[in-house]
Amino acid sequence: MKIDRRCFLSFIVGGAAGTALSPLPWKITDDLSIWSQNWPWTPVPPAGETSFVTSTCTLCPGGCGISVRKVDERAVKVEGLKGHPVNDGGLCILGLAAAQLLYAPTRVRGPLKKVDGAWREISWADAIKEIAAKLADLRAKGQPQSVAWISESDRGTTAELCKRFLTVYGSPNYFRTPSIQDAYETALYLTQGQRAMAGFDVAQADFVLSFSSGLIEGWGSPAYMFRARNAMRQNGGRISQVEPRLSKTAAKADQWVPIKPGTEGALALGLVHVIIAEGLYRKNFIDSRSTGFDALKQIAGASYAPEAVSRLTGIEAKTIVDLAKAFAGAKKPLAVCGRGSGRIPGGLQEVLAVHCLNALTGSINQPGGVIAVPEPEYIDWPEPEMDAVASRGVQQPRLDGAGRDGFPLARYLLNRLPEAQTAGASAPVQALFVSGANPVYSLADTQAVAKAFSKVPLIVSLSSYMDETAAMAHYILPSHAHLERYEDVPAALGFPKPILGLSKPAVKPAFKTKYVGDMVIALAKAMGGPVAEAFGWESYEACLKQTLGNAWDTLVKNGYVVDAKFKPGEFETPSQKFEFNNPALAKLPAYAAQRAPGDEKSFPLTLIPYDTMRLASGPIGSPPFLVKALEETVLQQNTALVDVNPATAKDLGLSEGSAAVLSTPKGSARVKVHLFDGIMPGLVALPRGLGHTAYDKYLAGKGVNTNALISPVEDPGSGFEAGWGIRANLTRA
Amino acid sequence: MDQQNGNTKKYGMVIDLDKCTGCGACMVACMAENNVPFREDDTDKLLSVSWMRVYRLGNGKPFPQVEECYLPRPCQQCEGHAGHSPCVSVCPATATDYDMRTGIVSQIPTRCFGCRYCMAACPYHVRQFNWWDPIWPDGMERMLNPNVSVRMRGVVEKCGFCFHRYQLATDKAYLDGRRELEEGEYQTACAQACPAGAILFGDLNNPTHAVHKIAQPDSTHGGRPRNPKAFRLLERLGTNPKVYYLSSKEWVRKAGDNQVQRTEQTPKA
Repeated sequence: MKIDRRCFLSFIVGGAAGTALSPLPWKITDDLSIWSQNWPWTPVPPAGETSFVTSTCTLCPGGCGISVRKVDERAVKVEGLKGHPVNDGGLCILGLAAAQLLYAPTRVRGPLKKVDGAWREISWADAIKEIAAKLADLRAKGQPQSVAWISESDRGTTAELCKRFLTVYGSPNYFRTPSIQDAYETALYLTQGQRAMAGFDVAQADFVLSFSSGLIEGWGSPAYMFRARNAMRQNGGRISQVEPRLSKTAAKADQWVPIKPGTEGALALGLVHVIIAEGLYRKNFIDSRSTGFDALKQIAGASYAPEAVSRLTGIEAKTIVDLAKAFAGAKKPLAVCGRGSGRIPGGLQEVLAVHCLNALTGSINQPGGVIAVPEPEYIDWPEPEMDAVASRGVQQPRLDGAGRDGFPLARYLLNRLPEAQTAGASAPVQALFVSGANPVYSLADTQAVAKAFSKVPLIVSLSSYMDETAAMAHYILPSHAHLERYEDVPAALGFPKPILGLSKPAVKPAFKTKYVGDMVIALAKAMGGPVAEAFGWESYEACLKQTLGNAWDTLVKNGYVVDAKFKPGEFETPSQKFEFNNPALAKLPAYAAQRAPGDEKSFPLTLIPYDTMRLASGPIGSPPFLVKALEETVLQQNTALVDVNPATAKDLGLSEGSAAVLSTPKGSARVKVHLFDGIMPGLVALPRGLGHTAYDKYLAGKGVNTNALISPVEDPGSGFEAGWGIRANLTRA
Repeated sequence: MDQQNGNTKKYGMVIDLDKCTGCGACMVACMAENNVPFREDDTDKLLSVSWMRVYRLGNGKPFPQVEECYLPRPCQQCEGHAGHSPCVSVCPATATDYDMRTGIVSQIPTRCFGCRYCMAACPYHVRQFNWWDPIWPDGMERMLNPNVSVRMRGVVEKCGFCFHRYQLATDKAYLDGRRELEEGEYQTACAQACPAGAILFGDLNNPTHAVHKIAQPDSTHGGRPRNPKAFRLLERLGTNPKVYYLSSKEWVRKAGDNQVQRTEQTPKA
């Protein structure tokens, strides 16, 4: 048979029509669907019994109550605890993604020891024995002070155990990671004589003046601030945000006042000037409850008149006067400071200026004001017996100079440690413990920090995750993840009342981990002698139970104990009044706006880091859900976007999405440009929390770590880290 | 018919944009609740699966008059005319359906064969296609919620107002011997999580529920809000959605109906 064109075409068309009319294509489509839907690698979560565990979140110092939803022994989701005084059912984005941290692939699954640059598994007993032997060596050499400990917090039983260990061992070098708390605690002590934490009664205020504080970007206890801010606005309160960039806080405020970065303190003094000049301050508070008012008058003298402040800050003089009048005219005004989420303490004078503003309007220890929340006092352990080595060791000056010479006011100056380690011929830190902190990532000038840490012969990381600091360590003794352990939460940062929370294990530890508290007790016992004797507890849990005493049962049941009837104490200064001036304050250098480091000619722009709720910038790395939730104006593929004003970008020849190189005196990075009208011309803004080198593929290698581009700036009065930015340049790539 | 008998629910949402802080907690609460997958690079938002997405709106003015607003966008649960919502009317597989008893537009992933007509029909971009197999890194599949089935490659998914929570709440109510749910007994994950309290959820048909009181839906005019601060997205399309937004700013309310802007811009282009 001859196949001609006609025959061929009829065959094709007929075949196609026949197939289409037959059930075959539909059957195949259907079968394909069913087949593809049953691929074995699509997981089917096993059903089980649902239960809830009431606990407290420890991912940040915010102290939110959480309810962990479990299905059998799996923690499925973390939700906010309804009725909790801090967060009342709401929860921040990080807290909600917490199950991803629990089941993260970057969890360290058991103790590790670095041998020839590679990690080897080691048993807990051996690891502790080896570390104890090294510590005993240092002690025998009479150098117990060469052991340092870096922790996220210095409160609560865990921190107290670490401090106690260092003390009986003989070292004064315990460090808390820097934050705005440092500056606020010092300001409260200087002016009010109170050793206290700063609480902010935002909910009851009716005018909040925020000096670049990210009230809805992680400042204080995030979920509380969200709630409090809404409550105050619901009652007709207003918020004015002074900030160089239209952050989310600024965008949601009633007024945004763009300010030249770093001059927030000058504006505060300018407002003080206007309030005094116009006689708008609360006379009864100033006359009866304060001293040294004349000194304040002098500090905020003619050099802080509106015209002068306008030149410094770039804000119109009229706006400054109006702002002062609005602030002083409000019934319950409240001024707050600490840039972004408050990770940087900032200049002490700046915080004092803002604090004085509150004092002028009597907003101290009053509803709607700054509240001195007393340090928790439930930890009452017997004083440990110290031997001669320990007594001599703890008498040694701290490595960071805190508490003596230049910086008598500071308690911890971790920002000064890297320099102290590298300055001399011999490295003063011979052994370093790091728990709940990631200094190699989070301190300014990460290269210098890494260099300093490389000179420590023994670094022991107690991290649950393989973070940047853990990667540099010699031993990793992994702690339980936050949903696997008991821990007391001694306060909620920025919450205006004393509150004690309890973090409870929701699930059994998945890996061969040991909680920091248990590790310290085990290490002390391995050391023997007076060190072991100071740790009589069988386990951390026993220690915690004994310490919390009667509160234990309530804490286990409700998750928290709050002092609802709390009234702030009286001022504890010698004069029993709020002191605008006293010998310690007089010794401080006068306020000067902190300049961004770097040369203005080669670096015509200024880089400012900013915080966003969608990135964790502290010791915890963002879990995959957070990175997924990032806006496309923040991250595109692996490149971070910088916010640039369209006018500035035009001058630089850059447009939306341009690839560019961001350079600072500390380094450079490839970025993309996002044109944003909400940033002052001349500035470049980059989010904190990206640019990790450690962690998993969902986080590592994405964007730039702002800390790698920034250099530390030391506040001359206090020694605190005060760097808010750095000179920079942006060029087309 | 069900709609007339008074017992039907019309679950809906009121999102107060004055309160919303753009923090993204709703997005993550939703992802954790509904087993939403994630990928190594999820920055291309056209390919990224996210049932709830927070948009960033600007007023388009230069520094310093610029203003911003954040708009969370779950599925709008369109009712259209008598359940004739855009996606339901085009689905050839009956994988998505309008539930007359609750007003919820369902999505049944195992029925879906991935034709994506619904994605083309949806004016709100709430529907997303699974271009890849969902992969949870080693051990992380332990966090999966058994109340929501994990979707596979090749199907479309979207927000269903946490329908499984409705089922759990009604189950519990029946066990307690009740036929009716209390207000707040059934909440979506996003409404529960919002730390700013910006998302309210309830029955729009029930005059005692907060969502009804605030949105004041006008049932004679396709549910249009009577509250002057309230608006719905793309109101003029007649999709009759059940998500109401509140804003005290006029430019935000205008941005909710981008047709207005489009007609203004056409002559210039």
